[in-house]
Amino acid sequence: MSEPELSAEEVEAVEHVLAEHRLRPGALLPILHAIQDRLGFIPPTTLPRIADAVNLSRAEVHGVITFYHDFRTAPPGRHLLQLCRAESCQAMGCDRLEASVKARLNIDFYETTADGAVTLEPVYCLGNCALSPAIMIDGELHGRVSAEKFEQLLQTELGST
Amino acid sequence: MKGIVYIPADAAALSVGAERVAQALAREAGRRSLQMRVARNGSRGLFWLEPLVEVATPRGRIAYGPVSPQDVPSLFDAGFLDGGAHPLRLGPTEEIPYLKRQERLTFARVGITDPLSLEDYAAHGGWNGLKHALEMTGKDIVEAMVESGLRGRGGAAFPAGIKWRTALGASADQKYIACNADEGDSGTYSDRMIMEGDPFVLIEGMTIAAVAVGATQGYVYLRSEYPHAERALNGAIAAATKAGFLGDDVLGSGKGFSLEVRRGAGAYICGEETAMLESLEGKRGMVRYKPPLPAIQGLFGKPTVINNVITFASVPIILDKGAAYYRDFGMGRSRGTLPFQLAGNIKHGGLVEKAFGLTLRELLYDYGGGSATGRPIRAVQVGGPLGAFLPESQFDTPLDYEAFAKLGAMIGHGGVVSFDDTVDMARMARYAMEFCSIESCGKCTPCRIGSTRGVEVIERIMSGEQREANITLLRDLCETMVDGSLCAMGGMTPFPVLSALDHFPEDFGSNPANKPAKAA
Repeated sequence: MSEPELSAEEVEAVEHVLAEHRLRPGALLPILHAIQDRLGFIPPTTLPRIADAVNLSRAEVHGVITFYHDFRTAPPGRHLLQLCRAESCQAMGCDRLEASVKARLNIDFYETTADGAVTLEPVYCLGNCALSPAIMIDGELHGRVSAEKFEQLLQTELGST
Repeated sequence: MKGIVYIPADAAALSVGAERVAQALAREAGRRSLQMRVARNGSRGLFWLEPLVEVATPRGRIAYGPVSPQDVPSLFDAGFLDGGAHPLRLGPTEEIPYLKRQERLTFARVGITDPLSLEDYAAHGGWNGLKHALEMTGKDIVEAMVESGLRGRGGAAFPAGIKWRTALGASADQKYIACNADEGDSGTYSDRMIMEGDPFVLIEGMTIAAVAVGATQGYVYLRSEYPHAERALNGAIAAATKAGFLGDDVLGSGKGFSLEVRRGAGAYICGEETAMLESLEGKRGMVRYKPPLPAIQGLFGKPTVINNVITFASVPIILDKGAAYYRDFGMGRSRGTLPFQLAGNIKHGGLVEKAFGLTLRELLYDYGGGSATGRPIRAVQVGGPLGAFLPESQFDTPLDYEAFAKLGAMIGHGGVVSFDDTVDMARMARYAMEFCSIESCGKCTPCRIGSTRGVEVIERIMSGEQREANITLLRDLCETMVDGSLCAMGGMTPFPVLSALDHFPEDFGSNPANKPAKAA
């Protein structure tokens, strides 16, 4: 398995994050978040360096990365679309929304559209349960999302056609 | 006169266009050369009316909603800056029955103040609780908490004062305050509303806890799904630190308390307090054995007070107005108020802070107005994904911890998710098991493997395969999960499953007489 080499900027970003956070108590989650915030994902090639910086084994760091749903080890699309499929949204038909979104984008959960525009992920509650069904696009919340409203958002927020 | 217009910056209000409305109002005011200031408040929690626009008038705030950008010119034409008549005019905000009939103690300021204004916070009674606490001994603060009857609002309902007392009694060179802001239950959003709408009240509550037990460092463990809350909290912590409410010398008392937000990473199990501690320590969110209690050996092995956002946010008013004031609300052993959250298929979804004791039916119909679809409400799930489904015959149950426990249900974090009569309860039962299989930390076999087997068994029941035998098997599996799991994830997932099976057997195509040998 060959991992793509990190660019000089990526190496610099990781070193910057490690220098900033490594001495904080319980530093690993803040470090992983900071790397992902900067690069969009946590490149597997950075794992030995992270492990070394926080004095853990690579296996332990790998274990943490894979435990949490948020952490990605491959680059996502330009936009992250999170679709809530918890109970409150189910009560307002998120199953139908999920089916139409998947059909419209022609992808399943954890996949990215062919043009690299959108990565689709399920989420279990966005805290917008009085305005279900809810989705989040790049950190912005959208409520009462019908198929029509999704179609609008696709134009305005996702730059897709 | 320069008019002040309030438009919430709450994430839910933004989710239905509050930002576009704010921009449209500013644009239109500019076009008409009118003096107007747009203030961004938290949400009043009347979500079917969002975006809710309020205007300050000599007779108090007048509300208009739900406002869309297209309504803006006509609002100006109607003279809404002076409270003028318009089809969207709702009258004085405080007189809207949904709001008027509430008892807002914890949410007293939410929707009224600018969430990040220290001036607003102080002008509306902020910091009074902390000031009182700083004049008291740790023991007296803890006893006031015990006296108030406040129980943990995160779901487990353990008396907060008792927890604090344990942490106070533990001697250590370092103690911690940890706020559980991993509000993962579907149907709940009260923590989010407090953090976005009145973050200083959470800071004040945590600081009082720190003063009481002698802790100097606090963490807010915040779920990553709440980026708006993260920004608000970080802004509020910075402002409070700068003004001396946090830091090395809290209000000149010589006591230090620092606060930091730590972002979770999308794991429901980290709402379980010991999994949360593991996560704060930078590890996988695996549940710990108890004992030792976190109050004695918690974060990094040190005594730690862990409470939920609403619990901490309810502390300042107790220290401000006295334990008796708070305790006098409520019924039985459920004292004070709970911010209930109406969610799912409900006409008037929103936040209803009331003293314990009103019935589920009052909440669903007097406040909620019935289902959003206009069809009969068939089932209600209270207390998140680990809470039971209640049928219509149980809607007259008073909202009280013990009354719900008697039904094999729980109030939990106060989320109420309504379903109309199109719901398929076998699918909901399957989902409960599926959710457990996705979110289990994997430590206990009944939870990790049982949930996957549970999905399969329910699917066999749904497809009519050896129905009766598989229902017996499902009940047996649920018993194993209840008895053999370390925490509530595996131990309570059977509640929604069994309640669906018991109250809605027709959805499983089964014989209603097939009741459990042993009630859960």
